Amino acid sequence: MALTHPSAAPAPVAPVRASVRPWPDPYLDVEQYDPEGDLLVLNLGPQHPSTHGVFRVKLWLDGEVCIKAVPYAGYLHRGVEKLCEKLSYVMIPPVVDKNDYLSAFTNELAINMAFEALNQVEPPRRAQYLRTLGAEMQRVASHLLWLGTFGLDMGGAIGGGATLFMHCLREREGILDCFEVWTGGRFHYNTLTVGGNRHDVPAGFAELVTRTFKAIRARLEEYDALILDNAIFRARTAGVGRLDAQLALEHGITGPNLRGSGVDLDLRRDRPYGVYGELKVNVAVRSEGDALARYHVRMAEMRESIRLVLDLVDGIPPGPLCALKPVKLPSAYKGKAGQAYVSIETARGELGTWVVADGSDKPYRCKIRAPSYHAVSLIPYLAPGNNVSDIVVTLGSLDPVLGEVDR
Amino acid sequence: MIDNPWLWGAVSGLVIVSVLMGVAAYAIWFERKFAALMQNRPGPTQVGWAGLLQSIADLLKLLQKEEIVPTNADRALFNLAPPLGVICVLGAMAVFPWAPGLIPADVDVGLLLALSLTSLMTIPVWMAGWSSNNKYALLGGMRAAAQAVSFEVPLLLSAMVPVILAGSFRIADIIAVQADGAWMIWWPPGPGTVAFVIFLLTSLAEANRIPFDIPEAESELVAGITTEYTGMKFGLFYLAEYLHTLIGSFLAAALFLGGWDGPGPDGAHWLIVKGLGLFAGIFWVRWTLLRYRADQFMAVCWKIFVPLSLGMVGLAAVWKVYA
Repeated sequence: MALTHPSAAPAPVAPVRASVRPWPDPYLDVEQYDPEGDLLVLNLGPQHPSTHGVFRVKLWLDGEVCIKAVPYAGYLHRGVEKLCEKLSYVMIPPVVDKNDYLSAFTNELAINMAFEALNQVEPPRRAQYLRTLGAEMQRVASHLLWLGTFGLDMGGAIGGGATLFMHCLREREGILDCFEVWTGGRFHYNTLTVGGNRHDVPAGFAELVTRTFKAIRARLEEYDALILDNAIFRARTAGVGRLDAQLALEHGITGPNLRGSGVDLDLRRDRPYGVYGELKVNVAVRSEGDALARYHVRMAEMRESIRLVLDLVDGIPPGPLCALKPVKLPSAYKGKAGQAYVSIETARGELGTWVVADGSDKPYRCKIRAPSYHAVSLIPYLAPGNNVSDIVVTLGSLDPVLGEVDR
Repeated sequence: MIDNPWLWGAVSGLVIVSVLMGVAAYAIWFERKFAALMQNRPGPTQVGWAGLLQSIADLLKLLQKEEIVPTNADRALFNLAPPLGVICVLGAMAVFPWAPGLIPADVDVGLLLALSLTSLMTIPVWMAGWSSNNKYALLGGMRAAAQAVSFEVPLLLSAMVPVILAGSFRIADIIAVQADGAWMIWWPPGPGTVAFVIFLLTSLAEANRIPFDIPEAESELVAGITTEYTGMKFGLFYLAEYLHTLIGSFLAAALFLGGWDGPGPDGAHWLIVKGLGLFAGIFWVRWTLLRYRADQFMAVCWKIFVPLSLGMVGLAAVWKVYA
């Protein structure tokens, strides 16, 4: 049988497509649907309180029910991938810190692991161990902020949602304090480098982390019970923003959003890096695919990460922190020519980095595969048929970070 | 006290308006402190002792702000809406009895007048939503109209329970029937309790408070109807919302909690304690709960509140006839 290019196949007729596919048609022709022009066109964003940054969704509303939604990304574009081509290897991590600004540690980890794979450098065990510990701490911090902002999406800035937000921020502060005594930074650490870590943990770090995370573990159970007990929360999330597993896979969705739709995929377990191979990571999966399922998955992930942190922090192995000798000038470090792709599981899913190098002190090309970018691509599928309130909840439950979407 | 009804009306009106404005200003301070307590933060601390002058400072700030009218807005409606809202809710206070004989305007159908004036609040809200020439405001105004149409029904029906039991629309009569602890909330057992809960919840919805604040819904509609309002016009909407909640709690205290009746000497102090207690309870609800979606709370209204309050009206009528 002769292979034909996909574009040579006849275009499927729209009604057939709509009946075969269980989700709405994102390419609906508004002119044809509404020749009178009765629909209300609403620009949700770029400056809108619930878009979690600067992000615009153009909505065609019939009353309050969305008919078509088109997302526009790019309001936070800073040209990070181009910057990576102009900066030397040791200067790149502080720049990519700001991509997913809620989990800077995993950003650094992803880009440094790619550089290490390119140069065939293996960080020492102590560095690997601390990186795994930091990644899990960062996951809890990131999910806590998600929980708080999810509350804001449903309860508003003046209401019960703000109370949830404040409590989640209080717990997150504790984690940021741990990072501060470790790396000196609360938000953007710049602590990982090619071949290892820059900063060693100080004395008393294990006690501080144990105390902080035990307190968070106890309070998390309290919040979970309070939130799930609330009939309004259940009514607002159950069945809202239902994401089909097939649609999720087609759109490259990873992380909690994919696991909330019943696909059991977690790179920490399935393709271990760092010291995850030695750990038993229990992966939470829910099959419902709605906002409530994603809530359950993230809460379970927080519990699992807290368990991992408490397990890890007691057995930090001795040894060197970096496999390479420090260089005095950034440009003194020359990379090998070649290419490498490394992906890790961040709080939002698979964060991949593809590096192509030509042997100079800078990468030739650096492509970042951001999980949030894939998550916002679902909006044309999830928004139609819902009203504005549900679209806000759906967007919140997908947990996109716009710094990562736009890069 | 003052024999001339014109003079009495003018004096009591002036006193009530000034006192209510002060109460509203300090209710905002109290709510902010209360919310801060719930959220592990100090709340206002900078202006005056414990931030007591914060509301005054906010008021002065609002007065200094530039008044912006959007291009293509309906100027007349846009400017008329905020004062009209405050007039509606303040007018309802004219028929409210504070103590035996201490009534600014003793009208035979006082309760009906108070409830219709507070219900009129929907008109300025819709005016604001329509005239702002803003899509978010329009959606908020539409939601407010839908909400008012639905929630008027259980609100009035639940208010009918004390009216039937007392046999009068005059609030002072309703309070007089509840003398010596026979408060409507527990006597006769059954209808009053349910009607009280429904009345309180529907007046929350009337005043656009969480969990029924969908016309404002700042996470969805930015600021809903007040999106385009600046300065004191925005402040007037805010004030009207507070006064509306305050009046709702005072009416609930008068209709169901015995009004000025209480242990020891009866008087306005009991009414104020009960009213402000309910007001604080509303803050608690506000800073705890999330928001319902519009269709969900319409369902709550038509499927639960309306049949329940109708049933309670029937029960009250049966009690009135046979007991």
